[in-house]
Amino acid sequence: MTTRRVFAPLKHLGLVLIGFVMLYPVLWMVVSSLRPGDEIFRSPGLVLDGLRTENYSEGWNALTPSFGTYLLNSAVLVLGCIVGNLVSCSMAAYAFARLQFRGKRWWFGIMLGTIMLPIHVIIVPQYVLFSNIGWVNTFLPLIVPKILATDAFFVFLMVQFIRGLPRELDEAARIDGCGHPRIFLQIVLPLMTPALATTTIFTFIWTWNDFFSQLIYLTDPDMYTVPVALRSFVDSTVATSWGSQFAMSVVSLVPIFLAFLIGQRYLVKGIATTGGK
Amino acid sequence: MSALDELRQLRKGGAQVRKGDNRAAFWFLAPWFAGLLLITVGPVLASFALGFTKYNLIQPPRFIGLDNFARVLSDERLHNALRVTFTYVLVSVPLQLACALGVALLLNKGLRGLAFYRSAFYLPSLLGSSVAIAVLWTQVFGTDGLVNRVLGFFGVEGRGWISDPDTALSTLIVLNVWTFGSPMIIFLAGLRQIPEVYYEAAAIDGASRWARFRSITMPLLSPILFFTLVLQIIHAFQSFTQAFVVSGGTGGPSDSTMFYTLYLYQQGFSRFDMGYASALAWFLLLIIAAFTAVNFWAARFWVFYDD
Repeated sequence: MTTRRVFAPLKHLGLVLIGFVMLYPVLWMVVSSLRPGDEIFRSPGLVLDGLRTENYSEGWNALTPSFGTYLLNSAVLVLGCIVGNLVSCSMAAYAFARLQFRGKRWWFGIMLGTIMLPIHVIIVPQYVLFSNIGWVNTFLPLIVPKILATDAFFVFLMVQFIRGLPRELDEAARIDGCGHPRIFLQIVLPLMTPALATTTIFTFIWTWNDFFSQLIYLTDPDMYTVPVALRSFVDSTVATSWGSQFAMSVVSLVPIFLAFLIGQRYLVKGIATTGGK
Repeated sequence: MSALDELRQLRKGGAQVRKGDNRAAFWFLAPWFAGLLLITVGPVLASFALGFTKYNLIQPPRFIGLDNFARVLSDERLHNALRVTFTYVLVSVPLQLACALGVALLLNKGLRGLAFYRSAFYLPSLLGSSVAIAVLWTQVFGTDGLVNRVLGFFGVEGRGWISDPDTALSTLIVLNVWTFGSPMIIFLAGLRQIPEVYYEAAAIDGASRWARFRSITMPLLSPILFFTLVLQIIHAFQSFTQAFVVSGGTGGPSDSTMFYTLYLYQQGFSRFDMGYASALAWFLLLIIAAFTAVNFWAARFWVFYDD
């Protein structure tokens, strides 16, 4: 008992220290983005004398169009991906969790296998396909795959969830003469809102952060999303100041941070029950 | 249960078919089937075919036999990219998982403020893959960066961590370790599954902390450690954003951050050598499959399955 009394505060001290060191760079970025000029910006501390927002206005308008366009583009893209994932993955998950069809285990195995398939293996022919049908510089190459349930991780997540729902409910509905579409829409779907929430938040964060496919498909500045624009801003010779780069980086992270605050519970549960992606 | 456990269990259990379900399944799975055909399996096969051609998107593909695959064997920049990627994967993943396990063990057992700590450690893994954090890293490890400011405060002379080929890759490894929060959550969930009575019984038998960790925690957590390891290795092979942003898309300095995926991107989408990029993609798939197979083989020596 006495050892515990000594160790507990030490443990807390250690954990707080680790957490502080880990989050320090991010905090510092936020504080630095509010400092004037590059000289004072080089201070490694977190103390701020006065808020200066000129980095933000400078960064916001550094590229044409302004950052507002990129935020809007990202928002549209994210919304499309969320809707696509929710509809298509829940349908597929219902089939895998509740229907008994021929070759189910085989298809299920393939579905699980695609979770681990690297996007780089398919990106080249996919690009050839999408550029031939004129989809480059539209959001279609990024959204259509979601509508076709290619984010198998979410299918798996929802399958896990549906399996946990009591089967008696859909058996009863079946006896009452409900077909699968009604069982799915009126019984299973309303009960699986936590899984849908988890999918929404993960899709939001992953799409917002995703850089590789957006970099490849979106080359017209009017279609840039936040990560592509941020990278282009950093690379452009116009931007020599860390201040405005940091300011726009902070802007790009705010939605992620909000999603984290709102959806923490679902994120943690989603990772814990599926073992992550 | 993870996707990998599901795959392991797939052989078990008989298949039944219920009348009418075949038709319903077809409609429920229609989008997924279309995606599998057009977005996943189709392109995988197409990239195999493209690997035998020279193709720049403008002229039609020209069959060149095994040239692209022969080039894989003789391309020295590619071999360097492999070296960089292997180093990154083999150093950063074990470090990341060790941190995740260490912190998860500290957080286990009803620690006060658990939810707060968990969130604080988890947050970086959500931010880590963003361009914004890569921008931050460029500054933090730059010549005038935060790290050198702090080192200077202690009188230590810094260096340009990112501009020095000897240290550039290490900064990316640090970044990957920084995102240990997501495996930590998985480990925490796994630790919670271990019945408390095992520890009580061991304590009565006078087992030391270390003995309890070795004989109870490790074996019972090993399936979870295993699949996290497999997934994180696959994941690390695909790292792209951070190296791309930190090096300004070049993989520099002196190709020291040239990840395999970055090289593939340059071949395919800067030089539009789609044939070679396809061959590279297939080669990457083989490498990842080989790593996964070795992992599964090695699992029999250290992973403990109850069933």
